[in-house]
Order: sequence, then structure tokens, then C-alpha cells
Amino acid sequence: MDLKDKLVSSFMAFENNVDVEHPVHDIRTEAIKNFEEKGFPSKKQEAWKYTSLKGLQKVEFSIFPKKVNALDYKEVKKFFLHEIDTYKIVFIDGNYSSFLSETTHDGVDICLMSAALTKPMYKQVIDVYFNKIASKDESLTTLNTAFSREGAFIYIPKNKMPKKPVEILHFSTGNEASLMLQPRNLIVAEENAELQVIERHQSLTSNEVLTNAVTEIFAAENAIIDYYKVQNDAKTASLIDNTYINQKSKSMVKVHTFSFGGKLTRNNLNFYQNGEHIDSTMKGVTILGDKQHVDHHTLVHHIEPNCESHQDYKGIYGENSTGVFNGKIIVDKIAQKTNAFQQNNNILISDKASINTKPQLEIFADDVKCSHGCTIGQLDEDALFYLQSRGIPNKEARALLMYAFANNVLESVRIPELKSRINKIIAEKLGVRLGFDL
Amino acid sequence: MLKINNLHAGVDGNEILKGIDLEVNAGEVHAIMGPNGSGKSTLAAVIAGKEEFEVTEGNVLLNGEDLEDAAPEERAHKGIFLSFQYPVEIPGVSVTNFMKTAINETRKAKGLEDMPANEMLKLIREKSELLEIDRKFLSRSLNEGFSGGEKKRNEIFQMAMLEPQLAILDETDSGLDIDALRIVANGVNKLKSKNNAVIVITHYQRLLEYIVPDFVHVLHEGKIVKSGDKELAHELEDKGYDWIKQEAAV
Repeated sequence: MDLKDKLVSSFMAFENNVDVEHPVHDIRTEAIKNFEEKGFPSKKQEAWKYTSLKGLQKVEFSIFPKKVNALDYKEVKKFFLHEIDTYKIVFIDGNYSSFLSETTHDGVDICLMSAALTKPMYKQVIDVYFNKIASKDESLTTLNTAFSREGAFIYIPKNKMPKKPVEILHFSTGNEASLMLQPRNLIVAEENAELQVIERHQSLTSNEVLTNAVTEIFAAENAIIDYYKVQNDAKTASLIDNTYINQKSKSMVKVHTFSFGGKLTRNNLNFYQNGEHIDSTMKGVTILGDKQHVDHHTLVHHIEPNCESHQDYKGIYGENSTGVFNGKIIVDKIAQKTNAFQQNNNILISDKASINTKPQLEIFADDVKCSHGCTIGQLDEDALFYLQSRGIPNKEARALLMYAFANNVLESVRIPELKSRINKIIAEKLGVRLGFDL
Repeated sequence: MLKINNLHAGVDGNEILKGIDLEVNAGEVHAIMGPNGSGKSTLAAVIAGKEEFEVTEGNVLLNGEDLEDAAPEERAHKGIFLSFQYPVEIPGVSVTNFMKTAINETRKAKGLEDMPANEMLKLIREKSELLEIDRKFLSRSLNEGFSGGEKKRNEIFQMAMLEPQLAILDETDSGLDIDALRIVANGVNKLKSKNNAVIVITHYQRLLEYIVPDFVHVLHEGKIVKSGDKELAHELEDKGYDWIKQEAAV
């Protein structure tokens, strides 16, 4: 049975574990019908031209984990940002781990989707926000919607701010079989609220793992959200991340995506600016090696006047890795005085690596500033020589230049311990010890 | 210390250096002058080991050792320093961290441990004072947003930190105003000793008023066509490079 059929036929079994009376279930039933019609995206679709899911569809994924596995903190401590105090929402094989988590209801709600989808106290929030911006056409998103049950639920009321950042971790232990996970996150920051989130997926197994995640983020007026995605998973883990962000006037949302691990990673990052004076920032650093593939598809939709968006993605591709960047900017006719900037710069450090990069600007207003720049190149030989002439060996000189290349993305990471951690991961990937942090 | 024998070198099949002979001993200051395109910067790059250039004939010996295939970092470890005409910007790496890395990599190559932090700090303080460099400057990204003068001063600061045996200053005076020139020249002069040597590559005589050469060589179309003492530099200033070209044509 291929993966699509397996998923469709698992829906009934899934229904046994959820409250089918809850209004959300109508959304699920609609969604599974949608997915059944559309199936997995194929390379014939423009958006999936360079990223094939054929291989993944042939894997015998288990949709529901058979055992509830536990993890010792010692085993997984290194995946947490343990240098600082954080709230934690931790899942093991798709199930909540209370032992590893630290949730709260103290003025803010940092807890679970499963609770939000069943308990009456959250009904209003769910009615207003759940599935309101996630695409109903994009088939993998509808697939996630059909099976939505568990994930992170963060609700920050007006004027509030959690005392510490929130870490969302999804572990998979799948020792019995290859596992498919579908976390569903909902994050709401009301007026003037502020929030920092660090999200990470980590497979602890050598079996294949496929995560198809959907995250909906709502930023109300003046809200500020800083979201960091750390993608340094095992080489047998694949991730399809669909993130939808709705911003109201004067809000500021920044998403940093660090893609270093995984086998196949697809990031669909969508910003909808429903208001004026909105600031949206998308930054990323991708460093890939042996047979890894990353596909960044971004969208910013400027709907009203006077908003800004900044995109800066840097990619370093070695060995036989492949990358895709497709940055779409839509500026509606009335969205005058839009400032939209997009940069995607890539370095190929092997002649077997390849990257496809494409800006897509659809501008319907006439008083705007929009720029785009997609480049592919190699390390600057003159810069290399400069460093070598100071006694810095070739390997370390290349690493320094690659750090410098990724610098202005790293520079805007506002949690110093996270920045330090990313530095360490980069150092590992580049195989050097530089003796200092950037 | 440095002996260049019949050096022929070029890039992409074009020969730029067409038979250079040069001998530089410890304690000496040599000036290399010449019109644009004569090969001055190429000579500097070839001595420093830039891999883009191919040596087709002749050799470069440092303390009797043929540098032949030595990589640029190896030449740096052996004591060669090149002050760049166009220093490269490395955003995200502070001047301090850059220097630390350079010094420690050189020590590593010699089998030494990293320089202890307090010793490093002392060295940085000492050398930045020598070049009248503000300490705030040291935490800025290397060369990023630096003015021409600041970049050149930073080059000499690096030279001061690395204490090379042979320093090659490639058009260090280009883009400098009188004050910056004075500071840079002062720095170079303070670093001079009987154990090291300096090759000053310049277009103009002006710098040589401050860094006084023992020998002046004129490069024209890839060859040294005239050598003399510091008076040669004055003669060049009076007569211009055309004089040399005419003499060479004869």
C-alpha cells in the first residue's frame, strides 16, 4: 500500500482516539477528503519541481507509534538550550512528555494542542484561530490538518510576555519502525504581547522519520514574535515544515531558520500582512553536505500600505548536496509604500553540489521599493589568500569566510546562548575549531 | 635573507615577471617603484605565494630555502608578511579575533601552544598604542567600513602583531593622507630592526621620505631595469617614469 492510501485508511483508526463530537473534527473530515483528492505533490507542480517526495512515499512509515517511549533527560540534554531557563513543550514520538516538559498557565498559556482541542476553556481561542490561515489547498497542510491532535499551544494574552523563551522539541525514538509524525502548533500573541520560541526536531534513531508539521502563528497589533527553527536532525530524518503567519498592524515577526541536518527538508514559510506598519523578517543559514537536500519556499503577502519585509537566506552547499530557494513577494495594488527586500546568496564548495534559486515578485502597486538578489558563487579567492597570508591554514580560512558569509543572519539572533549553540553546530559542520564565537 | 633568481611568473599564460633578480639582507629596506602594470603587485603576490600565479622559471629563496610550492600560510609561518594594497573585508570576525587566530595558527605550526590570554591582551595593547589605534576599533569587524587610512593602519598593526622577518608593503601609501601616512610610516620604522627586512612597493616617492630605503629598484615591464640608492627615487620624481621607459628602450 503506498503512503497516501495508508494515510487515508488510517484516518478511521485515528478517529477512535479523538473526540469526533468536537467542532474541530468537521475540519479534519473536510481535510482528509481534500488530501485524498490531491495526494502527495509531484514534481509536475511548479512548487515541487526540484524536490521529489517519491522516495519518501515508498517507505513503510508507521503512522501511529505502537509504544509510548520515555527518554532520560541525560540522553537528550544536549538538544535543549540548557544554558538558560526556558519553558519546554516536549514530545516523544508525537506524544507529550510531561517529564521533560515545563508548561505554564501563569498569566500565559504554554501548553498542549491536545488540551486546547478538547478543553472548553480554550474553545474560544480555537474557534477564532485554529486552521484560519493554514492553507486548505496545499495537500500536505491538509494532511496535517486531518490528523491534527497534538503539538504546541501557546497563547499570550494582551500586554503579556512569558518570563522566559519557549522551547518546542519533537523527539522520535522509533526503534521498531520508521515513523511519520504530524505535529500541529498554534501560537497566538495578542496586542502588545511578546514571545520567543525555539523549535527543534530530533530523531534519535537510525530508522527513517518523516515529520509533516504545520504551525499557525498570529501576531496581533504591536505584538513581537521571535521564532527560531533549529534544523539539525539526523541524516535519516525528513521534515516538511508548513508555517503560516498572520500579522496585524505594527507587529513584528522574525523567523530564523538554521538548516544543517536532515535528509530532505522543505520549509514553506508564509507571511500575511493584514495591517499597516508591519515588519516581517525571514532569515536563514543552510549548510549542507553529503546527499542532503533543503528547499526554502517563502511567501510574503503585502496586503496594505506602509509595511516592510526582509528576507536574507545564506546557503553553503558542499559534497553532493542540493538546495532550492523560491522567494515569492506579492504586493497588492493598495499596498503603497511597501519596502520588500529579498536576498539569497549561495556558495558552492563542491562541483557536485547544486542549487536552484528563484525570486518571484508580483507587484501590483506603483509606489514601492522592492529588491531581490539571488547569487551563486564560490568562496572569494582573494579573501582566502588574505587569510592564508596571515598564517591561517586553508581549511580554517575557508571556515572563517563561510562564517563571515553567514554572519548577518547570525547577528540578528537575540538569544546569546542560542547564537553560541548555532556557532558550535556550524563549527562542527565545517570541521574546524576556531577558538572564538562569532 | 631573500634571494630571487631570474624569476619568471604569470597568470593564465600571460607572463608578467620576466626575469627578476633581487637580494634582500636582514636590516635592509628596499623600495620597488615603477609605472602601472610593471608587475610590482605581482612580485609581492608571488613572494607571498598567491596560488593564482604560476612560476615558470627561476626561484625565490628565503634564508636559503626554496619557497617553491609552499602555500601562503606556510610562507607566513616562515616569516613573510604582505601588507595588502586592497585589504579584504571579513564581516563578523573582529580585528582581535582575527589576530588571535593568525597568531595561534602560526604558533601551532611551530608546535607551540596557544598564546595565553593575558599575554595576548598585553601584546594587543602595546601594538595598538604603537599605531595610535583606538581600542574600540579592535572589536569592529575586520576592515568592514574602514576608511582607506584605517585599513592600511590595520595592516601595519597586523604586521606589528605577527613580527615577520620579511615584510612586503604593497602600495601602503595609496589612499592615505599626510597624517595617516606619518602614523603608518612611524609604525613601520619602529618595527624595523637589524634582524628583519622590509620591501616597500610604491608608486610615489613621498612615502620614501618617511620610510627611508637603503636600495631603490625600478620595475618596468616585469624586469628590474635600474637600481640605486634613495637618490634614485628623487631622480624618478623629477624625471618621471618616461625617463626609465626611454632608457629601457635603448
